[in-house]
Amino acid sequence: MKPAFTIFALLTLCLLSYALYAALVVAPTELTMGDVQRIFYYHVPSAWTAFILFTINFVASVVYLIKRSVKADIVALVSAEVGVVFCTVVLVTGPIWARPVWGIWWTWDIRLTTTLVLWLIYVAYLMLRRFSVGSQTALIAAVLAVFGALDVPLVYFSIWFFRTQHPSPVIGKGGSLDPVMAHVLLINWAAFMCFGFLVCWSRYRLEKVKRDTEETQALEALLEHGAPR
Amino acid sequence: MNYLYAAYAATWLIHVAYLGSIAIRYKRLQRDISNSGKK
Repeated sequence: MKPAFTIFALLTLCLLSYALYAALVVAPTELTMGDVQRIFYYHVPSAWTAFILFTINFVASVVYLIKRSVKADIVALVSAEVGVVFCTVVLVTGPIWARPVWGIWWTWDIRLTTTLVLWLIYVAYLMLRRFSVGSQTALIAAVLAVFGALDVPLVYFSIWFFRTQHPSPVIGKGGSLDPVMAHVLLINWAAFMCFGFLVCWSRYRLEKVKRDTEETQALEALLEHGAPR
Repeated sequence: MNYLYAAYAATWLIHVAYLGSIAIRYKRLQRDISNSGKK
């Protein structure tokens, strides 16, 4: 294992521990919802991290379509896989937060529905990559990723375009979040981003070694049995 | 508080499950490499 990876992993662990402490202890208790509002510090950063990973998937897919770069293809696969993990966290923590606050686990609200559709698109993308064996798999997956990425801005901006049960943005334009809460939110986002990057790094190395091994095995088989006639 | 702990626990359960799947794939790959080396 590279020393840089180990050092980064230890720093990420420290940051995640501090972020958890900040979410549970440092952040003030919200007046209306009480302690359950602290789910916000995991739910929102996970959503932002998933959006960034899906955007990376989009960029890498476009690069693959232009240059047919194997590295870009691996980056696209890895970012989609880790993005789906973070999107799963969003879809699980959301209903757990909604139940005590809205009184329901789920509603077919535009923000919730588009997020579920986003998750399904990238699950379909990963299934395509996993089960398709043709030589055009990477190309078809890249095209699907480009179309799938259209849902990311739709999810993000849906709360501006449509009437929705989901809360409005709390930071940035029109936001009214307490400065301490905003600080804790950003710490948690930084921690999840570092964690996401670390997982992508690890997954990228695995995929690279896997492809190199498959290539070597294919070459060995070719040398052993000769070229197919 | 139960909902809060459930959400935090679910988050880490999902991440740990994914890290576990990466570890399994690493082991499988190592086994494949060592098997192909023996041939």
